[in-house]
Amino acid sequence: MAKGVWIVAEQRNGALRGVSFEIASVARKLADELGEEVCAVLVGSGVEGFAPELAKYGVDKVYVADDAMFADYTTDAYSEAVAKVVKENDASILLLSASVQGKDLSSRLVGKLATGMASDCTDVKIADGKLLAIRPMYAGKCFGEIVVESYPQMASLRPKVFAAVENAKAGAVVKFDAGIAADSLKTKVLETQKDASGKVDLTEADIIVSGGRGMKGPDEYKIIEELADVLGAAVGASRAAVDAGWRPQSDQVGQTGKVVSPNLYIACGISGAIQHLAGMSSSKYIVAINKDAEAPIFAKADYGIVDDLFKIVPEVTAAAKKIL
Amino acid sequence: MNIVACIKQVPDTEAFIKVKADGSGIEEGGIKWVMNPYDEYGVEAALKLKEANGGEVTVVSLGPARIMETIRTALAMGADKGVHITIDGADAYNTAAALAAAIKEINPDVVFCGQRAIDDDSGQVGSVLAEILGIPQITIVTGFEVAGGKVKAIKPIEGAQLVIESSMPCVVTAQKGLNEPRYASLPGIMKAKKKPVDMKDAAALGISVEPKAKIARMTPPPSRAPGKIIEGDDPAAKAAELVKLLREEAKVI
Repeated sequence: MAKGVWIVAEQRNGALRGVSFEIASVARKLADELGEEVCAVLVGSGVEGFAPELAKYGVDKVYVADDAMFADYTTDAYSEAVAKVVKENDASILLLSASVQGKDLSSRLVGKLATGMASDCTDVKIADGKLLAIRPMYAGKCFGEIVVESYPQMASLRPKVFAAVENAKAGAVVKFDAGIAADSLKTKVLETQKDASGKVDLTEADIIVSGGRGMKGPDEYKIIEELADVLGAAVGASRAAVDAGWRPQSDQVGQTGKVVSPNLYIACGISGAIQHLAGMSSSKYIVAINKDAEAPIFAKADYGIVDDLFKIVPEVTAAAKKIL
Repeated sequence: MNIVACIKQVPDTEAFIKVKADGSGIEEGGIKWVMNPYDEYGVEAALKLKEANGGEVTVVSLGPARIMETIRTALAMGADKGVHITIDGADAYNTAAALAAAIKEINPDVVFCGQRAIDDDSGQVGSVLAEILGIPQITIVTGFEVAGGKVKAIKPIEGAQLVIESSMPCVVTAQKGLNEPRYASLPGIMKAKKKPVDMKDAAALGISVEPKAKIARMTPPPSRAPGKIIEGDDPAAKAAELVKLLREEAKVI
């Protein structure tokens, strides 16, 4: 009988990533409803010491595969290790983050475990003893409620949508041997090119200031960057701005860009086409600044100013400077 | 080289999507069907690889009769052959299993997929396909080349870009920025009509259509509470009011 709510913790550059605590907290909530345990799988090199942090967020047991071959994430090594321990323990539910690594690893695990998964979920609950996962589909034009019939029931959770909630448990370490020959791995990381220093990735940012077609050109983004500086925010862009060459692809928020879930999303000169909304509608608060009162973004915004962004944005920066 | 590109026909991104009254799916009448945008990057990458190394590009697609139009589009772009697998409805695992059964016979060096389809937005099939074929994967790539019998790809992660090397054969899933997909030329469209498309049936391939992940129900998106427009003529006053609301009401700054 499949039992236990399992998560795959994510670590990089010598620390657990915040998404690990988000998914641990969700697992804890589901496990308490089912009267089961939360188990985390932690794969890496020199990572055993991270177990107490996972314990803080409700993890009962931490299954650790610690080896030099896991120093860099590779799909092959990590998926084999996780699949082995999850199968041996007949997990009932398996959760990962829908982070970049989580998407790659969870999807490979669907294959290895021959199971089903709800990807990029914005809500999960227990219904009739089974996992019910809720996720956007068709760029968020509708939502699907997914039930996985096979075990483990897998779901990947959209980053920054679920809160990390402290709930101290034992976090007992159980070391396991993944049984992988290091020379059997078929991919390797040749190089890591870090983004410009000090730049927070959009998917990890708490606040994002974003500019769209209304910005008119690349130089005009200076006012967006100044506001972002004062707020400690990351800078985003709509597809129009990226396709026009004003901002890099990595700044694009939307259906063919990044999906972001910040606490605050300030959209400047962005009309709010459905494809853009697909990338930021999980934001907790949305502000729209646009001179077109009919712009669809205003229907989604919590606060809106219908005015010329070139007049408003510098004033917002000035007002923010006064109070922050 | 034997090169495969998996493609899916999806509703156009501008399509108005309406959930059926009983929540069992979406209304398909009146939808404009297109090639999944991410798959276009995959087809383009396949064509570029063939142009550089010689060989053949086969596009493989699952779906009902209407997807033939999308297969012909890929052939018009320059793919050499198509495989159309008819299936009634499948989840990610079964889709990948059906694709794998057809692809195994082709014995490819590289299999391109789009990083996800813009209808279900699941992003699983490419990876499950790689697992079933027993080959490595590099997903969501913005750069790709073959050198010295290995694949080298650029993969953006949070805060960085990875350069990843893989042995061949492998599956690569394409992200926006990988290339600029070409438009089908008129001569290309004419040639496409004569290119061979193999028809296969999923059941005949031994693929189960019983999904492991079921959509119990579809619903319209959750609504947000109506927002507040900050009125007035003075930009400075409106900006100050916005900052005050964000600080004191929303508590996000």
